[in-house]
Amino acid sequence: MSARRPGYQLAGRIARHALLAVSATFALLPFVWMISLSLKPPDEIFQPDFHLWPKTFQGVENYRVALTAAPMLRFLLNGVFVCATIFVLQLMVCVPCAYALAKLRFRGRDTLFSAVLVGLLLPPQALAIPHFVLLYGFGLLDTYAALILPWIISAFGIFLLRQFFRSIPDEIIHAARLDGLGEFEIIWRIMMPMSAPALAAFGVFSVVAHWNDLFWPLIAVRAEDISTPALGILLFRDDEAGQFLGPLMAGATIIVAPLLLAFLLAQRRFIDGLATTAMK
Amino acid sequence: MAEIELRGIEKRYGETPILKGVSLKIKDGEFLTLVGPSGCGKSTLLRIISGLEDQDAGEVSVGGRPVDGARPKDRDVAMVFQSYALYPHLTVFDNIALPLRTRQLSFVQRLPLIGPLVPGRAGIERSIRVEVEQAAVMLDVAQLLHRKPGELSGGQRQRVALGRAMVRRPTVFLMDEPLSNLDARLRVQMRTEITSLHRRLGVTFVYVTHDQSEAMTMANRVAVMMAGELLQVGPPEELYRDPQDLRVAEMIGSPKINIVTRAHWTDNRSVLSAALAPQTRRLAFRPEAAVLTTPADELPNGTVTTLENLGSDIFVHVALRDGPETVVVRTAPDERRFSLGCTVGLKINAARLMQFDEAGRRCGDIERVAA
Amino acid sequence: MSLTASIQNPIRSVVRRRHRTREAAIGWLAVSPASILLICLLFGPAAAVILFSFTDWQLGAATFRFIGTENFAALWADPPFWKALINTCLYVAIVVPGTVGLGLAAALLIEASPGLRGFYRAVHFLPVMSTMSAMAVVWGTMLHPSIGLVNRVLAAFGVAGINWLRDERTALLALALIGIWQGFGFAMVLFVSGLKAVPQQLYDAAAVDGADGLVDRLRIVTLPMLGPVTMFVIILSASRAFEVFDSVRVLTQGGPNYASEVLLNRLYSESFDYLRTGYGAALTVVYLAIVIALTLAQARFIERRVHYS
Repeated sequence: MSARRPGYQLAGRIARHALLAVSATFALLPFVWMISLSLKPPDEIFQPDFHLWPKTFQGVENYRVALTAAPMLRFLLNGVFVCATIFVLQLMVCVPCAYALAKLRFRGRDTLFSAVLVGLLLPPQALAIPHFVLLYGFGLLDTYAALILPWIISAFGIFLLRQFFRSIPDEIIHAARLDGLGEFEIIWRIMMPMSAPALAAFGVFSVVAHWNDLFWPLIAVRAEDISTPALGILLFRDDEAGQFLGPLMAGATIIVAPLLLAFLLAQRRFIDGLATTAMK
Repeated sequence: MAEIELRGIEKRYGETPILKGVSLKIKDGEFLTLVGPSGCGKSTLLRIISGLEDQDAGEVSVGGRPVDGARPKDRDVAMVFQSYALYPHLTVFDNIALPLRTRQLSFVQRLPLIGPLVPGRAGIERSIRVEVEQAAVMLDVAQLLHRKPGELSGGQRQRVALGRAMVRRPTVFLMDEPLSNLDARLRVQMRTEITSLHRRLGVTFVYVTHDQSEAMTMANRVAVMMAGELLQVGPPEELYRDPQDLRVAEMIGSPKINIVTRAHWTDNRSVLSAALAPQTRRLAFRPEAAVLTTPADELPNGTVTTLENLGSDIFVHVALRDGPETVVVRTAPDERRFSLGCTVGLKINAARLMQFDEAGRRCGDIERVAA
Repeated sequence: MSLTASIQNPIRSVVRRRHRTREAAIGWLAVSPASILLICLLFGPAAAVILFSFTDWQLGAATFRFIGTENFAALWADPPFWKALINTCLYVAIVVPGTVGLGLAAALLIEASPGLRGFYRAVHFLPVMSTMSAMAVVWGTMLHPSIGLVNRVLAAFGVAGINWLRDERTALLALALIGIWQGFGFAMVLFVSGLKAVPQQLYDAAAVDGADGLVDRLRIVTLPMLGPVTMFVIILSASRAFEVFDSVRVLTQGGPNYASEVLLNRLYSESFDYLRTGYGAALTVVYLAIVIALTLAQARFIERRVHYS
């Protein structure tokens, strides 16, 4: 049907690009605005006429202020450390449990699985008060532990991995047992490599969620030097230097950039990861 | 009325040629099967006839009228797909009625909500109901009209797909591997149902399949395709008896035709050497074109390696002494029995021995057949 | 035959039983960390929240007493709570159609032809990946009454600007706009995967059946085939919209005059700004109940959609 109605086809193609340009602009506008402002001196930001590109380029100065007035890089490193630790601990807890739920027979298995399903229903925000009390009791508030501990058990992770492990045929496990592998070796040497796509999907889900989370860090942490990026930008805004829009936008750019760059480098992985975890 | 004529159809996807100049005339009311291995271009050819794809070169005409550039719905063809392609959200009735509705109702009448209010629609809907019910009775799905495709078995879905194709009385039926998603028993049953449908409707059927037994049992004529070209077109028995190409000979018939290399056969085999043409490189004969006897010097001899007893026939596999080939010979159960490992002689019916040249074209014996 | 069987059977069953015990031991070992943590970090806290909701405890206080359903009664009589509940529902009611409609339109357009497909997909997905608290700060400047982009554009058309986030009439609307901005790319991705799952043969069949126009193709094939995905996207974006917090916290803190107050922000303020733990816990219990009801509805729906294939 391609060559049949060329005029119609061309008009359709132009309309498609025109409409998508509108929605793409909507999606991109805040980023463009943010970067534009982050390059401008204050007086230009407040001028009545607006230019995308600054007349006086003050990008270097703005980013310097953002990086020195607040520990921006520290926020990012905190984010990397917290997200990585959460994910590793989640795997250590969830993978053996998911394997046992999927492939081993033992009394209480079905009860445990029902418990996991009930756990899926609990939104993390609803547990904030007792988590806070618990960490307060142990004197762990305002530490990395406060940011990490509530998340190391993930009912969702157990559920997702269990579903994936179940799709791996039993024959492979039987063969591995005959070859003399122990159960934990089977998990490590066979199940983990075979479920790489599911692990990657869960990883993307977990890292994106905790990198962007504001609710819990706001509760658990006050100190600047252990803030995660999402909290850090707010601390910076309430800071003296953050009153100036140029540096504030520069700070926002620094906070937002790492995850967006990671996404642009591995688009497929991110989109597939988030889509499959959403579909469950 | 609805003969189909293809002239020099060419199609390529990027650099890969799919069809290399296919010309074919399909007579009105004929049942023609297009058979070939997957990727030979047979489905593409069907899609070009239907208008779902455009050819790069060549012409298609249906009923004497050129249809190049015409949209599928304007070609008076109906198509049945391998996956049935039923609309899962519509009931069986609505599935079958859809082609009638899109044709008979105007754009406004088809709109949801507003459509039913437009004058004239009720009358058309009544006549559609009658036709759908007729088709459903004919295909034995009348009791399923209110169900959705998801609730039907494979065979029932197949019948609904047929109903959707026939309800608007097209002059050409195109079928793309319609039986390959069914289990073996149902497939055989549907074969006869489709052929009897063809007899009743009396319109042109073009049927694509990779299964030679389907092609042979259902069609008036079979067109064998390979690598984008038509190798041979003819009635099933002709393709079986007189294949013009070694690849056709190999594709048609089960068990496969026996092929031996001439060079392996010493020329003192009198039964062969007499009639062989000089350019003949390979010889072929059907399993029933030879009989087994006691070994003799003037015969090709061999050892029995396998016996396949099908009850009505016994197929004896013989590893030839001259050359590496193994041939299969059909014997009747009441004939003389041969046991595994025993040495036998092969008496080949010279009239049914086919000769093929270097390029796999038929040669030598052809003139004799003609004479 | 029967003799050997009767001799072998007990041996085999002993072997099997030993095998079973070993397997069970490994199973328990493998699930024990997860089980302990499930109890300590999920179910224990969930029970604690319910317990707290019946007390007058304030964080840091040494003692507390049970006060029955007093917290819930207070909640029932608390106008800000009702305001938050209604606003949250309003927010969901705006964000869900916006997200689904825009996501579906973008997906249909992106999949309509291959030109720049990857580029558009990436661009529309960027907001999904961005840190909401930082982007909320950016949106704050875009909606700024004098220097903000929105009012500058309006001024160019001669329309007087609005102080979007400080105006009772527009604060929630502005937040909903931000919610749509962040969510519609994700809806687009889910719709695209739904579109890819529509078999080409259905479009072919529709073309042969006479439905080859844009509207007919949408009506007969595309939209019905997207039905299950659409339901899913609606539920997903509804439960995400229900959890709105970051943008509210960063931009309005629920103001002005509770015009943009939402449940999670209310929950946060009562529990951690005012440290009224018992009252916050009661609020949490209500929130929990609503979320669980929504999730169960979602699970019910996913079970139901099987017959579509």
